Formats: sequence, structure tokens, C-alpha cells
Amino acid sequence: MSDSPESIEILDRLAAEALAELEKASDSQALERWHTTYLGRKGKVTLSVRRVGELPKEERPVFGQRANQLKQRLEAAYEERVQLVKAQEIEKALVEGAIDVTLPGRPVLRGRLHPSTQTLRRILQIWADMGFQVYRSRDVETDEYNFQLLNFPPYHPAREMQDTFYTTQPDVLLRTHTSPGQIHAMREYCPQPIRVVLPGMCYRYEQITARSEIQFHQVEGLAVGYNIRFTDLKGTLTDFAQRMFGAGRKTRFRASYFPFTEPSAEMDVECILCNGKGCRLCKYTGWLEILGCGMVHPTVLQNGGYNPNRYSGYAFGMGVERIAMLRYGIEDIRYFWSNDLRFLEQF
Amino acid sequence: MKVPISWLKDYVDILLSVTELAERLTLAGLEVSGIEYLGIEGASLPWDRDRIVVAHILAVRPHPNADRLVLADVDYGAGQVETVVTGAPNLFPYLGKDIRHLNLKSPFALEGALLFDGHKDDGSKMVLRGRAVRGIMNRHMLCSEKELGISDDHTGILILDADAPTGMPLADVLGTAILDIELTPSMARCASIIGVAREVAALTGQRVRYPDYTNLPLEGPSLSERVVIKTENAPLNPRFCAALIEGIQIGPSPYWMQLRLRLAGMRPINNVVDVSNYVMLEVGQPNHAFDYDALRARADRYAGSGQPIQIITRLAREGERIQTLDGVERVLQPFTMLVTDPAGPLSIGGIMGGAESEVHAGTRNILLEAAAWDFINIRRSVQAYGLNSEAAYRFSRGVHPAQAWFGALRAAQLIQRLAGGVIARDIIDYYPAPPPAITVDLPLAEVRRILGVDLPPQEVRRILEALEFQVDEPEKDVLYVTAPDHRMDIGADVVGRADLIEEIARVYGYDRFPNTQIEDVMPPQRDNLALLHEELIRDLLVEAGLQEVMTYRLTSPQREALLCPPGATLDKRPYVTIANPINPERTVMRHSLLAGILDVLAQNLRQRERVVVFELGPVFLPSSEGSELPDEVPALCIVLAGQREPVVWQGSDTRLMDFFDLKGIIEALLEGLHVSRPTFQPADNPTYYPGRTANVLVDNETVGVFGQLHPLVQEAFDLPRQVPVLAAEIDLRCLETHIPSHFTVRPLPRFPVVRQDIALVVDENIPAQQVEAAIMQAGGRLLAGVRLFDVYRGAQIGSGKKSLAYTLTFSAEDRTLTDQEVARVQARIVRSLESSLGAQLRG
Repeated sequence: MSDSPESIEILDRLAAEALAELEKASDSQALERWHTTYLGRKGKVTLSVRRVGELPKEERPVFGQRANQLKQRLEAAYEERVQLVKAQEIEKALVEGAIDVTLPGRPVLRGRLHPSTQTLRRILQIWADMGFQVYRSRDVETDEYNFQLLNFPPYHPAREMQDTFYTTQPDVLLRTHTSPGQIHAMREYCPQPIRVVLPGMCYRYEQITARSEIQFHQVEGLAVGYNIRFTDLKGTLTDFAQRMFGAGRKTRFRASYFPFTEPSAEMDVECILCNGKGCRLCKYTGWLEILGCGMVHPTVLQNGGYNPNRYSGYAFGMGVERIAMLRYGIEDIRYFWSNDLRFLEQF
Repeated sequence: MKVPISWLKDYVDILLSVTELAERLTLAGLEVSGIEYLGIEGASLPWDRDRIVVAHILAVRPHPNADRLVLADVDYGAGQVETVVTGAPNLFPYLGKDIRHLNLKSPFALEGALLFDGHKDDGSKMVLRGRAVRGIMNRHMLCSEKELGISDDHTGILILDADAPTGMPLADVLGTAILDIELTPSMARCASIIGVAREVAALTGQRVRYPDYTNLPLEGPSLSERVVIKTENAPLNPRFCAALIEGIQIGPSPYWMQLRLRLAGMRPINNVVDVSNYVMLEVGQPNHAFDYDALRARADRYAGSGQPIQIITRLAREGERIQTLDGVERVLQPFTMLVTDPAGPLSIGGIMGGAESEVHAGTRNILLEAAAWDFINIRRSVQAYGLNSEAAYRFSRGVHPAQAWFGALRAAQLIQRLAGGVIARDIIDYYPAPPPAITVDLPLAEVRRILGVDLPPQEVRRILEALEFQVDEPEKDVLYVTAPDHRMDIGADVVGRADLIEEIARVYGYDRFPNTQIEDVMPPQRDNLALLHEELIRDLLVEAGLQEVMTYRLTSPQREALLCPPGATLDKRPYVTIANPINPERTVMRHSLLAGILDVLAQNLRQRERVVVFELGPVFLPSSEGSELPDEVPALCIVLAGQREPVVWQGSDTRLMDFFDLKGIIEALLEGLHVSRPTFQPADNPTYYPGRTANVLVDNETVGVFGQLHPLVQEAFDLPRQVPVLAAEIDLRCLETHIPSHFTVRPLPRFPVVRQDIALVVDENIPAQQVEAAIMQAGGRLLAGVRLFDVYRGAQIGSGKKSLAYTLTFSAEDRTLTDQEVARVQARIVRSLESSLGAQLRG
């Protein structure tokens, strides 16, 4: 046996016991309990150490010293054990916490704009960047504004190009194009120069099929000034096409006829599906017809209040749904007003 | 218009390939929308040049073993006679006869040639193989049109014109490409082969070869002694040319003419009718052949024999009728020009002939009419009778009066050539209203001003002259340009200059102009506030999770009447009504967005458990200012129905949406627009559920109504009964006046905020909005916010009562509030509500 005083021996035994118990504590709660049992305010080690007062005076320093060492040793062992157990526990929790990350997320109930609105906004944005602001005019128009002031006299063959919904009011009709807005804008702004875009719903008396509808959006553009040239028309519309359909996309201008422009043209862009090689979409021509345009006809300038010998202008018009159909590969124009959410939610 | 290239080449040399030509025409405004091919590369059956050739049928002999077959001896240019077996019925008349001098020509296919199978209708092809037919070896074949792919005709072999060169590849005789050209109204002058030839010539630097009208054999007795022509309305009928051909023989026209007519889309009838159509297609001048003897018989009655026939063109008289040659009896409109004699109408001028004077198989003498008509007037008549003949197509787009003369000469020439007879020595040219020549002064500076490019003067001149304009330059850099007499589309002065500039640009080639940017001054910049507001509303609703829809702006009164349940007063405001609706569902312009959007809802609810949509667009209401045009009022409609959330594996709120889901959206929208404090009032509206409907007011003005749909309305729109449908209708014109142009933010609180919950018991009939307003008022400056978090009804508080629990937020801008201060304000609120609303603090 040791020659140490009995009190020291008791301490050593307690230490050995505590360390053995510590080894057995394998989770946070057991460690907590162990700490309370040995090192808590009423723990065995704490109580033993407090008994220093009961010892003979000469034994006290040694005992005290030993007791402190013991306490420190146990605290250190405890801390070490805590770290170990915590690491084990985290490890265990991580293993048990694995989830099936392939389960679907909680759906966010997102709203969307109608594809016509989305396309319209894109078009108007591009023109806004070029200084063209929005001017809107009415859907129900007079024959005068929809036709006569735009150089379509009554019974003129050009009227055959636009099958019209007439109303029971004489000379009141549903506009067949946004062009009446040209006259409204000119009469409002004359003699200032003009740069406007005119979006709006237009109506045609047509059978409703995959390719034709009775209503559709059009965006018309009008620039009037002292020095607006055919080459400007080409330049601006080419820029528009590059932004709308992609940089580098080829365009071509074909001579055409509209009563309210002269010279008149149609702009084609290289087919966006086959890149001009020829496919079903472009009817094997390599080109897609995008918009009609031209220099404002002198008669129309005059009707708007501008002297055609001093002013000149250009105008263009495009179908919004047609552009959306080309951009998104929509094969049936009836989708737009049928509002099947299975269609709308794809945008 | 269909333009066979082989025909076009009669008038202009074509050095480009077919596809190059098509592209050039398309870019210049004659859009080639399709190209068909007959017998040449590109056709569904290109004719083998070595194996399908012209053969001369020398003799037709009996087949020794078959009555229904014959043997034909043919020379196909190979220096030896071949014999083929054929059953073609059209060879039987020649059986055993001497036919060498007839020059009977037919397409001859040699063994190995690819042909269509004449016995099948599915377009299948076969390679010709020799086989014995009833004991006679047969290696080659005389072909029908069907076997060559010209038509479906398999009733006999194709008999070519006698001058077809023996041994020539058939592809060189009949093969051609056919352009399908879409003519804009401005290109009416190109509604003829010569018209297109002029364009081709101008675009490719060639010259037009016009048919030769000189040296017509005018040998018959005088016409003008026998026919007198006059008009009562020269502006509508400025010219009338007439020729008489006597002693003709009606019969089939030659194969080349029949084929050209067919390739151009017309049906061959007989030589006289075919010439009439051929000249219309070739020159562009529609013309009409009368049976002269029918006119003479009438004149015998109205004038007496020996007296001249009187042709008068005039407007139709009230109630006048004519039987046109399509057999229809037509009542004539007073704006329609007629060709008449004193006995009555003979034809609808420029549109369709009458049945009585129609050419028939026994016709011997022909009076040929080539006249000019006002195109606007013609078009009005065409529309009135729904008559769209090829002649009406051209006359209603404009044919220059100068063309009448050429048409008359050419038709007389061809009729005499193909049907025999003698042309009367004078051709009547009654021309009471020749149009003035159009001359336009065109300064080159004007060309530059509009086109933006300095084109060389000689290039401008070259282009105009290529288009047959006459160009003078009396002063430097100013051209005096006179339009040729086939053009009616050149105006005067500034319009004429624009017309000419277009011609210059078009022929020069749009693709040769550079792209520039506008150098002009920038106009004043303007915002479009109404549009900005609409777009903001769209964005706010999309942020709130709503899907935008767009419906037809055309609807029917019946559909909108469904918004009113039986017994309720109908919307009696008049509609903008369509005079020519496309179908019974689209007859008026809508008064409301709701009917259309409810259809969208019903249709989508069949596929899904939740629909949350809105539409923003105009409704069309009678003008408030008495205008003939409606007020187009921007409106917003929101519709919700179904589960609040879709069923998902995590669990979700699948209760049905109710009034407060919709109200939340409206509140969020108004908040996003920064309109000042909206209020809500119970509303009475026939479309909606009584007691679950509210008006929304801003600054005491009602801007809309919303609520749950009336169950009967829901039923009328085929919506499921058990799912409440919530709808809102907002008048944006009204709401817009309350949207502030700007707003300012409140600073963040600098001192701690104190929250206190209180529950107040009030009578059931006191609206929550009133309680909240009273709290706000009593709370004063220190009360920063009020939020209702619970509504309780139950035995504890007694019947007829409800408990409203609020979280109150207190703060001050300049200090931390003490408990006593908060308690004082709270006590003031309770006291105030006790006295004003009889509220009690719940313990």
C-alpha cells in the first residue's frame, strides 16, 4: 500500500473511479450526468475536496494540491470526452439526417403575363430605346380614319386586302390595322416632328383557323420630320430585327404595296428555325415575312397636317402574335385567345 | 396570277434561271409565291429528253387479234418506223385511212421512260417495259395527258399541234415552269403576260417584243354602217372598241392555246371563247364576243330590218334585269354600267355577258367588244353581285383605256386566224373620254430627299425609260416624266413624284440602298401615363401570383346577359353591334370583361383544381358625350376559384378560396399603386352573392366591385356549384385618377417599438373596418400600426357578439416610450371604443 495518508488514497480511488465512469459515458446526457456526479456543486470530487478542512493541518497543503490536480485532470478528461462524443453525435446526426434531395420542392405559385403582353413589351422596349414612345388610339374607328385618310378611297381595290368588320352605325367599323393612329398622332402633334409606336388590337373579318384570327395585336411605328429618308427606314428596321431576332440575323427588303406608304416594302428576316436554309416554317424560301413598311405617302402626310414638300416620314407595322408564333414555335394562333393555362403557363 | 415562262418568252428574252427570275420579281414587288414545273426539272415527272419525244402517226391499222386495240405506225425522228399497240379511242376514226397529210403528232415514250401509271389514281409512276399485247410485241407507247402529268385525262392519247417537230424532246415543246405571282392592287398592270414581260424587261435590261397587230386582213364590209355605238356615261365607260368577224367556224382551239389557258388556270371552251380569254391573259384587256346574229335579230325588232344595230352603254334603270351567261337572273343596281340596245340589257359592262347574245356552237358572225370601264365603279358592282370573273378581276383593278384598242385588234386577229372568217374593214373606236397624259416634274433633289441617296441622273433616267416612261430634261436636274399608256397608277404633282420615286427605288433594288440612322431632330419626349399605370397593375398582379389572360373583345349580348340572374334588371345600354358578324358568338363589342373571363375559368376548371387569372383591357360603352363612337374604358377583371394551394407531398392549404383571398389581392394591388387608404362597403350587385360583395372606394369614389359570384350566375356559366367563384371588376379609368404621380417613404423608427395585444368584444353587426378606424383615431400619433389577428365567436362572449383581437404597435419619433405612456394610449383606445361602439375589453 502507499505510504500516502488515507485521505490522498481516497482521492486517488475517486479519481480512478471517475475516469472509469467517464469512459462509459457515450452521449451528451450521460456526460452531463457524469459532470454533475463528480464535478458538480454537490459532486463527489467537489465534496471530497471540500473536506480539506477536516484534515490535520499538515496534510492540508498536499491534499489541496492533489485535489486541484485531480480536478483539473478530470475537467480536462471531461472536455476531451465531450469533444469526442459531440463529434460522434454530429456524425451520427448527419448520417441519420440524409433526405431524398430528388423529392420536388414546394411549388411557388408564380403569376405570368400573357405571351402577347410579353412580346408586345419586348417590341415596345426596343423602340423606346430608339426614341419611339407609345401612342394609343381607339379600337372602334370611323371609315374616314381607318381607310379614307390613309389613302384608301371607297371601293378602292386596296380595301380588299383588309376584310373588315362593319358596325350597324354607318361608317363606323373595327379598325383593321393600327394605322388610323398615324392620323390621330399627326393631327395631335403637327407641326412637331414625331416618333411614336402605336400598339393595339386590330380586327379582320376572317374565318378563325390555325393561321388566322378575328383579332390580333399590331404595333405600328411612325417617324415624321424634316429629313426622314428611306435609308433611315432600312437602318432602323434592320437594327430592330437584329435585337428582336438575334444579332447577325440577315434581313431583306422587298417592294410591296400599302396605300398609305410609298415607296412601300416588306421586311423579311432570315428564317429563325433553319437559318435561311429552307424549311417548313419559311415555306422553303429561307425568309420569314416580319413587317410591312414604307415612306409615308404624301397624301397621308397632308391629311395629318404636314406639308409633304417639306416633311417626310416613314411608317411600319407588324403583327405581335405572328412574331410570338415565330419566336416560340407556336403553330396555332387560336392558342392566344383560348387561354388554356397549359399553354399560358409555358411562358 | 399564273405565268408560264414558255409563254412569257414570246415577249421577252429571259437570261436568268427560273429561281433567279422569281427572286428578282419578288424583290421588285411581284411576289412569286410558288413555282410549278411541267415536264422539266423540278416537275413531279421530268420528261426524259431521250425517251419522250414527238412522234408523227403515219398510219393506224387494225390489231389482228383484238377489236378494241389498234396498231399505230409512227415516225419519231429516228429514221425508222415503229409500231405500237394502243387502245386510244381517239385513234379509231383514223383506222385504215390515209392520214399522213394530217400531220397527226403525239408524245411518244420509248422503252425505259418513266411515266405516270395511267391506270392508277394515286400518282404512282412506272417505267415503260416492252411486253406482248394480244400476241404483238409492244415496246413503246403513245401517251395520254395523264401519263405525262399534264392532267387527269386518260380518255385518249394526247394529240399535239401539227407543227410540232417530229423527234423533238417533248420537254422542249411543252415543258415549262409556271410562276404564281401575287399581284398587289398597285400592280394591276401586270395582270397579263405582257404586263409581266414589261417588268421582266425593265428589271433585266431587255426589250419587250409586242405582238404584231399590223397588216390585219380587214376585208369585210363596213361595220360602222351596221352598228352604231354610244355611251350615256363617258366617265364610267371612256372607250368602246368593236370589231366584226363574219363567217367563222366554232371549233376547238389548237393544243398550244388550250395548254396555255390551262396552265394559266382557265378552262378551254372553243376557239372564240379561248381567244377572248387568251387575249385577256396576254394583253390584259378583257373583251367580249357577242353573237352578231342575236344582236341583229333584236335590231330587226326594235329598228326594223336594214336599220343599224344600236349599242348604248348606260347605268341600269330601276328594276332592270338580265340573265347572265352563268344562267342566273340578276336584278341590276342603279350604279351598274350596262351594255344595252334599245330592247334592253345585253351584258353587265366589263363583268359578265348576257345569255341571249352568248356565242354558241352554231355562231357564224361575231361582234367583238373591247371597252374601258371605271375601275371603282366596276368593283362596286362586282361586290354587289358577288361576281368575280377574270374580266371583273382586271377591270376592278384598273385597265388603261389605251389597251382596249390593242385588245380589239389582237382578238380579231386571233379569231380570224383560228376560226376563219373575214374581219370587217373598219374597227370601231368610240373614245369619248380619253384620259389626259400624265406628266410629272421630278427634281433629282426630291429623289435624294426621300430615298437618302444620290442616284446618278443617268441611272434614274435609264430606269424610268426601261419602264417605258418618256423622260425629258428641259432644265438641269429636273426630269419631266410622262407615263406610258398602260399605267393608271401615276398621280400628279407630289403624289406623282412619290409614285416615280417608288418605281426608281424598286427597280434599282431596295437591297442596294445603305442602312442609315435618323439624323433628324428628336421630337419632344412624352410619357404615356395611362400605359405606365396599366403595366404597373399587370406587374403587381403577376407578383401576387395571378396569370394574365386575353379574351375576345367581341362577344354576344346573350352571353353577357348571363351575368344577370333571372329577375334582375338587365344591362340595357346599347352595344356597338357588328353588321357582318363572323359567327353568332361574336356580334357586339363587350360591355364587361367578366363574361369572357368566366368562360376561361370554366374551361380551365375542367382540368385543374385552382385558377387565378386576370384580364386588363377595354370595354366599349356608349359615348358619354353623344359621339357615334363608343367610350373605350380600360377595365380590370380578376377571377379566382378552387383550392388555395395545390396538393403537394409536403402538405398544403387545400381549402377553397373565399372572399378574403380576393380582397387580399385587391388590397395588395391598391397598396402597390400607393392610392390613399381604400375603403370597402357592402354592395348590392345582381351578378354577385348578396352579403358577400363589396364596393371598393378610393377617396369616397367607387372604383370597383368584387365578391363571390351569385350561385345562379355561376350555374349559368357552367361553373361547378360547390366551388365559390370570386370575381372583381375595377374601372381603371376611375382608379387611375387616384394613382399618385409619386409617393414618399416613412423613415424607419429610431426608437424601440412596443407591441400590445388587445381583444375587443363588439356587436356582430359592427364592421371590422369601423372598429379599426376607431382604434386608429383614438390611438393618435403614438399608435403606429393595427393588425387584426383573430376573430372569435362563442358562448364565452355571448350570442350576437364577436371578439376582435388586434396587435397594436406603438412608437414615437423622438423617444423610447415608457410603459405608462403605452398604457395610457391603450386605455384611451378602450375608453373611446366603449363609448363610440359599445366595445368591451375582453378579459
